[in-house]
Amino acid sequence: MGLTLAWLSLIVLIPLSTVFIRAAGLGVSEFIEVGFSSRAIAAYKVSFGTALAAALVNAVFGMVVAWVFVRYEFPGKRIFDALIDLPFALPTAVAGIALTAIYAGNGWVGQFLEPLGIKVAYNPIGITIALIFIGLPFIVRSVEPVLADLSAEVEEAALSLGATPVQVFVRIILPSILPALLTGFALALARGVGEYGSVIFIAGNMPFKSEIAPLLIVTQLEQYSYAGATAIAVVMLLISFAMLLFINLAQAWSRRRVDA
Amino acid sequence: MIMPGRWRNLAVGAIISASALAISACSQGSDTPEDGKEAAAEILNVSYDPTRELYEEINPKFVAHWKQQTGQDLRINMSHGGAGKQARAVIDGLDADVVTLALAYDIDEIAAKTNALSEGWQKRLPKNSAPYTSTIVFLVRDGNPKGVKDWDDLVRPGVAVITPNPKTSGGARWNFLAAWAYARKKFGSEAAAEDFVGKLYANVPVLDSGARGATTTFAERGIGDVLLAWENEAFLARKELGEDKFEIVVPSISILAEPPVTVLDGNAKRHDTEAVSEAYLKYLYTAEAQDIIGKNFYRPTGEAAKKKYASTFPAVNLVTVDGDFGGWQAAQKRFFNDGGVFDRIFAEAKK
Amino acid sequence: MTIRSTHTTASIGLTVVALAFLGIFVALPLVTVFVEALSKGIAPYFSALVDPDAVSAIKLTLTVAAIAVPLNIVFGIAAAWAIAKFDFPGKSILITFIDLPFSVSPVVAGLVYMLLFGMQGWFGPWLREHDFQIIFAVPGIVLATVFVTFPFVARELIPLMQEQGRDDEEAALSLGASGFQTFLRVTLPNIRWGLLYGVLLCNARAMGEFGAVSVVSGHLRGLTNTMPLHVEILYNEYNFVAAFAVASLLALLALVTLVLKSILEWRLGYAHRSAGH
Repeated sequence: MGLTLAWLSLIVLIPLSTVFIRAAGLGVSEFIEVGFSSRAIAAYKVSFGTALAAALVNAVFGMVVAWVFVRYEFPGKRIFDALIDLPFALPTAVAGIALTAIYAGNGWVGQFLEPLGIKVAYNPIGITIALIFIGLPFIVRSVEPVLADLSAEVEEAALSLGATPVQVFVRIILPSILPALLTGFALALARGVGEYGSVIFIAGNMPFKSEIAPLLIVTQLEQYSYAGATAIAVVMLLISFAMLLFINLAQAWSRRRVDA
Repeated sequence: MIMPGRWRNLAVGAIISASALAISACSQGSDTPEDGKEAAAEILNVSYDPTRELYEEINPKFVAHWKQQTGQDLRINMSHGGAGKQARAVIDGLDADVVTLALAYDIDEIAAKTNALSEGWQKRLPKNSAPYTSTIVFLVRDGNPKGVKDWDDLVRPGVAVITPNPKTSGGARWNFLAAWAYARKKFGSEAAAEDFVGKLYANVPVLDSGARGATTTFAERGIGDVLLAWENEAFLARKELGEDKFEIVVPSISILAEPPVTVLDGNAKRHDTEAVSEAYLKYLYTAEAQDIIGKNFYRPTGEAAKKKYASTFPAVNLVTVDGDFGGWQAAQKRFFNDGGVFDRIFAEAKK
Repeated sequence: MTIRSTHTTASIGLTVVALAFLGIFVALPLVTVFVEALSKGIAPYFSALVDPDAVSAIKLTLTVAAIAVPLNIVFGIAAAWAIAKFDFPGKSILITFIDLPFSVSPVVAGLVYMLLFGMQGWFGPWLREHDFQIIFAVPGIVLATVFVTFPFVARELIPLMQEQGRDDEEAALSLGASGFQTFLRVTLPNIRWGLLYGVLLCNARAMGEFGAVSVVSGHLRGLTNTMPLHVEILYNEYNFVAAFAVASLLALLALVTLVLKSILEWRLGYAHRSAGH
């Protein structure tokens, strides 16, 4: 117990508190000025917008993936199953250069999209794709165990009573997996908002357009603006903490539902 | 956060164990090289992005030179990155003996924020402490398909320009000022210059954080029609990535870039490397080093090398920061600091 | 699980959609890394890997993981033990704090250590006086790595230990076993597969961390460059084959991790299917 707290404070709490103490030295008006400058707000919007878009895409497709892996058998299933966790294991910088090589205008996929007027790399779509990669396992791995517990008999009964598949999904499946889905969604979102390594290679980094908040912290540091860097860091920290709290509440809620 | 007694004890314990961890990790980190004779010296040169190839060639030459002069073995460690990032790392404690950065402002910042360096540093070595100079040129794709001849062409609609972010990249600041100098001369007012530079940045699709990143974006990823680049970087890109793929266009006006070098006395004194650090930088002015400098597409300052490489470097009408912008302190404050002209341009562009 | 015949069209459709999604977003980047690395043939690939700077980057990465992972194992077990076996107020806040590094941007993680140990930070000048280097040296990289990998082991063990309850331990204790014996003989065997699983994820992240390490490293070639940072440097030197070669080594590592993980999952049985992450 003591060890836990000591180590926790040593590695996490004390270091994180420095940001707050530094930021507290700024004063309210200065904090708002640097932490919520128009460029910073634009960066938060890019970070949240792309993370949200990626989490939504992952919520839909992650659910499909989870469903397929729980309910169906097909050749090579184990290999694909292992592949789902690749984003956990693959270093983000490696993902970043690989994705850039694929989606840049002269890349494998980019060269086919460019003539269609779709530019993926160096704008928010590229960031979203990187975040889809990063976030996928969060959704799949959260939803999978719940889906596995769901008995197919209930669905079959509903179908035999004349319900359409859509009705079955909306009335039976969705309500049971919703808490898990939300948890996965929030985890993917939280991770996406802070992601740096895989994004900077593909982002383009234009202020107001494709500059993510973590990059803005780095940029602020590079122009000797510790105040700016800490203010943005504090805003991001508070947001992460709020999201985590939400996740843990959602988990508690889902546990209660399962128990009931 | 109010700390009750128990927590305070924990915090104290935490700090103690932190130090213990740090100490153990330090001893882990400071492995001496196996061949390490006691007298071997080690210096760290913190530099900016495009000098990688230059110092890769100069360092072994100087190591040999130093060995011959003093009999001492020397190891030169290098760190490269965007100039702002590098200067900031030095301010945060990156233990450099010498810095060789893209512009004087970054070294001024080191002088102001640490006690490693005195303010008059730029007077200590010849030629404003700049053993080599460069300028800003345009790199375009083979055959110059967009017909880019001068700065005017960069603001035409449909011409995509690649340049790094002047907030973080030294080279990008030179780019910005060169464009400004051109517009001010051509249109005759500061307001017109701001308008011109604003239009230029409206044509920029990717803003990398360093010069090298911008070159990669342009050359390897095929984004953009024109790269605003260091002259040396433009030559190097042609050499590394294909002479038949790119052409260099020299604009009618550009800027004299003087990347300065200096010894960080405070650090060198602590490491006892003052003599070797100073000898290292002085070596950059020798005929041997100047020749390597010319070979790596930097403009040499030594007469012999200047003559030898005269055909490589076209004569350009060059403005200077000191003469035309009142020095780096003034230029930085006016153009690049938060709330400066560059921020205004981007805030405008958003609307 | 049976597939009802009426669902066949739908099931095939969904399977195709799922696999296509996985293929495009997950498998393709992996394949790219290897194709780009080998694009100039085998010889440049291997010469990139035996380059002295690459070798020292590999060594550094291994060293950092070898320090960071054991530290987090000890902590992870202790934290999971405390949370699963004891009741105390503020438990869920504690769990949230343990999770925090998971959602804190790696850049912020690097920044906080910079603020603590940098020359402009609290302890920087003192450290310099006493000739300790933390930031821009190996200790800083280790600290940043420990931070980002902090929750992995604990997060894996907490649900597992909660599920197992404390009956076994209480029985052992009442039979006269010491606390340490109980841990070694009763608790550890119960959690060993989950522990291994957490260690695996922790190790993968420790070796692959980029953002946090990038802030505190200083990028000294041959000294403070980890493998992911070396990838970036090579990439910036137009040395794309070498960059992807080092990247492929990291990708290989990721694949080994996945294989081991699949084996562990099989051993753990389907019951424990990482609800945490």
